[in-house]
Amino acid sequence: MESWILPLITLIPLLGAIVLLFIPRDREDGIKLAAIVISLIPLVLSIFLLVDYYTRYIPAGGGMQYQVTLYTIPSLNASYAMGADGLSVPLVFLTTLLTTLGLYYSRHTIKKRVKEFFFLFLLLEMGMLGVFVSLDYVLFYIFWEIGLVPMYFLIGIWGQPKDRPRYAAIKFFIYTLVGSVAMLLAILGIYFETGTFNILDAAAAQPWAGNLTVASLAFWAFMLAFMIKVPAFPFHTWLPDAHTAAPTAGSVILAGVLLKLGAYGIIRIVLPTFPTAFNHWALVIVGMGVIGIVYGAFICISQTDLKRLIAYSSVSHMGYVMLGLGAAAFGISRVQDQNVANSMAMAINGATLQMFNHGLITGGLFFLVGVIYERAHTRDMGQFGGLSAKLPYFYGIMMLVAFASLGLPGLAGFWAEFFTFRGAFDLVTVWAAIGVIGIVATAGYILYRIIQSVFLGEYDSTKVAHWTDMNNGEESHEPTDMARFEKVVMWPLVILIVLLGVFPNLLLNFFNQFATEFVRIVG
Amino acid sequence: MQNLIYLIPLLPFLAFVAIVLLLNRNSRLSALTAIVAIGISWVISWGTAAVAITTEHFYDQPIVLPLISIPTGTTALSVGFTVDSLTAIMLFMVPFVCLMIFIYSWGYMGIGKPALPTLGRKQSHGEGGNGGHDDEEHGGHGKGKGWPAGPENVDPMASRFFAYVSLFATGMLGLVLADSMVLLFIFWEIMGLCSYLLISFWFARKYDDPDRITPKKAGFKAFITTRIGDAIMFIGMMILYAAAAFLTDGQAGLTFSALFTPEVLEGLQTLTVLGVSIATLTAILIFWGAIGKSAQFPLHVWLPDAMEGPTPVSALIHAATMVSAGVYLIIRMYPLMIAGSTPALNFIGIIGAFTALFAAIIAVTQTDIKRVLAFSTISQLGYMFAALGIGAYVAAVFHLITHAFFKALLFLGSGSVIHGMEHGEHHAHEHGHHEVAGFDPNDMRYMGGLRHRMRGTFVAFLIGGLSLAGFPLITAGFWSKDEILSEAWYSFLHGDANSTIALIVFIGLALGAFLTAFYTWRQISMTFLGKPRTESAESASESSKSMVVPLLILAAFALLLGYAGVSEEFPIIGPILNNPLHHMLGEFAEMLEIHAETIPFDPAPVLISILAVFGGLGLSYLVYGRGGKGWQTHDQLDPLEVGFQRLRLGGVYTAAQRKFYFDELYDATFVRFSLWLSRATAWFDRTIIDGVVNAVGRFGRWVADIFARFDQSVIDGIVNGVGSLASWAGGVLRLVQTGQAQSYLLVALLTVLLLLALFFVQVIGIGIPG
Repeated sequence: MESWILPLITLIPLLGAIVLLFIPRDREDGIKLAAIVISLIPLVLSIFLLVDYYTRYIPAGGGMQYQVTLYTIPSLNASYAMGADGLSVPLVFLTTLLTTLGLYYSRHTIKKRVKEFFFLFLLLEMGMLGVFVSLDYVLFYIFWEIGLVPMYFLIGIWGQPKDRPRYAAIKFFIYTLVGSVAMLLAILGIYFETGTFNILDAAAAQPWAGNLTVASLAFWAFMLAFMIKVPAFPFHTWLPDAHTAAPTAGSVILAGVLLKLGAYGIIRIVLPTFPTAFNHWALVIVGMGVIGIVYGAFICISQTDLKRLIAYSSVSHMGYVMLGLGAAAFGISRVQDQNVANSMAMAINGATLQMFNHGLITGGLFFLVGVIYERAHTRDMGQFGGLSAKLPYFYGIMMLVAFASLGLPGLAGFWAEFFTFRGAFDLVTVWAAIGVIGIVATAGYILYRIIQSVFLGEYDSTKVAHWTDMNNGEESHEPTDMARFEKVVMWPLVILIVLLGVFPNLLLNFFNQFATEFVRIVG
Repeated sequence: MQNLIYLIPLLPFLAFVAIVLLLNRNSRLSALTAIVAIGISWVISWGTAAVAITTEHFYDQPIVLPLISIPTGTTALSVGFTVDSLTAIMLFMVPFVCLMIFIYSWGYMGIGKPALPTLGRKQSHGEGGNGGHDDEEHGGHGKGKGWPAGPENVDPMASRFFAYVSLFATGMLGLVLADSMVLLFIFWEIMGLCSYLLISFWFARKYDDPDRITPKKAGFKAFITTRIGDAIMFIGMMILYAAAAFLTDGQAGLTFSALFTPEVLEGLQTLTVLGVSIATLTAILIFWGAIGKSAQFPLHVWLPDAMEGPTPVSALIHAATMVSAGVYLIIRMYPLMIAGSTPALNFIGIIGAFTALFAAIIAVTQTDIKRVLAFSTISQLGYMFAALGIGAYVAAVFHLITHAFFKALLFLGSGSVIHGMEHGEHHAHEHGHHEVAGFDPNDMRYMGGLRHRMRGTFVAFLIGGLSLAGFPLITAGFWSKDEILSEAWYSFLHGDANSTIALIVFIGLALGAFLTAFYTWRQISMTFLGKPRTESAESASESSKSMVVPLLILAAFALLLGYAGVSEEFPIIGPILNNPLHHMLGEFAEMLEIHAETIPFDPAPVLISILAVFGGLGLSYLVYGRGGKGWQTHDQLDPLEVGFQRLRLGGVYTAAQRKFYFDELYDATFVRFSLWLSRATAWFDRTIIDGVVNAVGRFGRWVADIFARFDQSVIDGIVNGVGSLASWAGGVLRLVQTGQAQSYLLVALLTVLLLLALFFVQVIGIGIPG
């Protein structure tokens, strides 16, 4: 079990996707159910992983566990090596959870080309999971690319025609591919320098440790790939287009997991492998993060399309991740000081918490956009108003998730911001202070745009004439509140958002151990 | 037994959860749950407070109740509850006032009254919001969800209301129990959320006057304005956290007990940034949180508009608890403020004294019964900050407590008056009378003579008003206000460093006291005295028992509570009463190295204070006439305004009436700038950044097209199926351009599988090693 679990988790979605190919195209519900059931297996396995790691390895000091090398290509010295630590285990869980929820949601909302959709979705899951558990650069790269292709189709085929899905899909694809090419070059460089494709070994070997110029080149090659994926300012413009066009479940996965691949890459590869170069360029990264936070938040204030707004809010929120990681890198040169080391650990904790929580919260928000879009067939916030009275259930859930996004204490988002800023204020004080402007602006767009214009005010029946009743798919003149399947999708997220807001330790016990260990090794 | 303390904030929270998830369709059960929960919290709180009062040396053995310890690198951030002397005093006030307000809300929200008939009608017709134009004369009442229900019906969202206020109580109770800055901040923000929800409670409400702010906008304004203060405070908290960790090798965290040690405080004074000590810097930054929350100048603009919320909310949030949280924060963080030394304390004192006077001036000119009280609240909170600025720690706590009681009383009283006016309007309407144009049940110009029709409310309001004005000897407000003035006077005479500040504070507060007395009597005379000026006022009726009884209970406290804090040095009654408040808090303060010794009695400030009160009341009596005769009709000018115009100072009066144009100023600067910046960044993003991306994309496509053409015409047929990366990319583009995604699907799947084949085929074929 031990060494099999990670290959199993990554392979099952692929096997499932292949199984789907054998189900006749017209048995749509069969395909949907099969996909959901198959996705439950990695979910259950990842919950097992979560509990097992928490109870068994965390008391013992954490570290990279479940390591396995299935196969090595002798000519390349590349191997099918996997492993998971306190950073990857929660992210694996996030991926499997959002995938299952996305599939379940899509069961009720995807009507065309069902077989392709569910096939691609499982393929996508495999790619994402693979990235989080790969310990080999070649494997990492392959999974990275696998994640790209299905998303391209999800956006291009199932996007709404009015949202220019083809344009958005190709923009997403090419943009990410540009980064991938840079990363591939850097990976090859590392191989020629260290002679290994193993991510941990390469980090331990510290390639080009004495040569800042070359190290910086490799650093920026990786960073380009990862910052496009995150996306960090100014590489973010593919995101609003991709999100706006993508079907609901696609947006959820895109925001919930795909963006985290970039941040994960920075933490897993760039931070440990190029600490000196990262330290040298840290303020640039911090600056990009802070600009992203403030810039993204201000753009949100003037958005009228609800989905586009939430896409831009991701730019802002992922800025916190960049800020935290940049701040931690900036501390590397003074890591001998225990206070600096702890601040670095807190900055990394904040960034990793933000990754996980942003997945829950923004994933939830995109589902909620889907709820309103499937009913009203528009996302223009000017068309809504007074829904608080009409859809109280939807309003309650949206309030909770939106306020979590705003960083309200007691909900998950707060601790991420808190620790990011705690670390950043110690390490890069002035930048952190500028970033705080983002907190105020976030409150501005969440309330002013989402809550005020959609939910408060007076309901005007002349604006949206036809509402779809999601319980039976019939047209009606009045909006109907959330259907059961929508509630089922939202409740796990809501529970986690509250739980992690009240007990941040549930996650921090994973991340803090990872961060502390990282800081210790760098020192 | 001590574990019961956890229940104090938990019970209202459970009530919130229960109402939201289970009881939201039954307003009576919701209200009952909320009241019972806060009732039990109150009992436990008073029990705890009693233990604290009766325990010897309680000040140095507080009750500590840990919650969690959050890992932060190799250190940890511990968070928990604690009950010390200060918390015990707050536990005496907060849950009791909350309970009174909750009971009052039962009547105010019309629990037990029939549901709105319009609601049923609307649902059966399936039509939207602005139905019911015939209700227009009722000031828009009874239009459905998101509107006030009017006097005859239960509010359609009453359950939601009780859920919100319960969560709010959780916030305030948690805040006073918090043992650390971070937990305090958590509850602080939760209160901010509830404040937003409750101010915009009647979210659909609109007024005929387009310039009048709606509840929806008022809620937003409150949240954003306080959030600005919170963000600055957050910066202060983070710097404090990092600096304290630096000073103690990461051991300090954010608990008050760990922060307020001589080691940390002296260290904070020694560390400097640009010549300012960290202590001063963080003290001032954190004080900005209080400026926002307690609506001090220049972030005061949200509180008057927050009166758009239901009246119990005004009493709960904008008098007794949330706005006092700002003062509580500074009281709690007082050792840091002292470490911030003269610059920090002077800043607090000046802001407080200025706000006290500034808001009192505006209050004199307002005609909305609740807005007068709102400005009065801002002004009174200014007194507390002024007191803290000059080192009057115990006096600030004292005034915080007495103010909470009498101001809650006044707000609830005003709610009762508004209810009475609405009843009157309804009654007049039923008898075929139409109310005058522009009628507003909140506007005191349309009232008058209500003392006859609303006796209980009148008596309670009179007591509350006199307490606010500081009527000598018999009201609580007098004792606490006098304490502050005496301290200011004493610091002026004997203080060394900041005697000028003390004098400024004293003059500001004495003038403020004069104005307070003036506008209080103006309010009472406009509302209750004289003759009714409208039909509604004539036929107004007393509110239900569940509203009047809490008023009378609070009135008793507004009179008697002052005797808990009379200075021992005060002639005759001082030694008799023995000042239990000072005994409880003095030793606690000394332990934190806050100087809190009793100052000797000096008749001068007391006489000045009494003079100011009688002067204000007397002048008001003269201006507004005996028995309120100054107001004869609802559309006349304020006699004071007439007086100002005669002196050719009409502009000054108008400026005060328009709140010195701060709303307009902020709209024209911050709001406009933010919206402009937002549009500018959005434009920049679409045009410049995305423009570059698209240009690069077009260039790529151009190159790809050339490759593709080259591929077709030159290498045509030779390399079929063996695509290079460039032609592959070109293929992607061409296929997408022509919309042949379906066919490409297959190609891409094959590509993916091909990529995988590298591993899987070999793994399966060779077997799995190891």
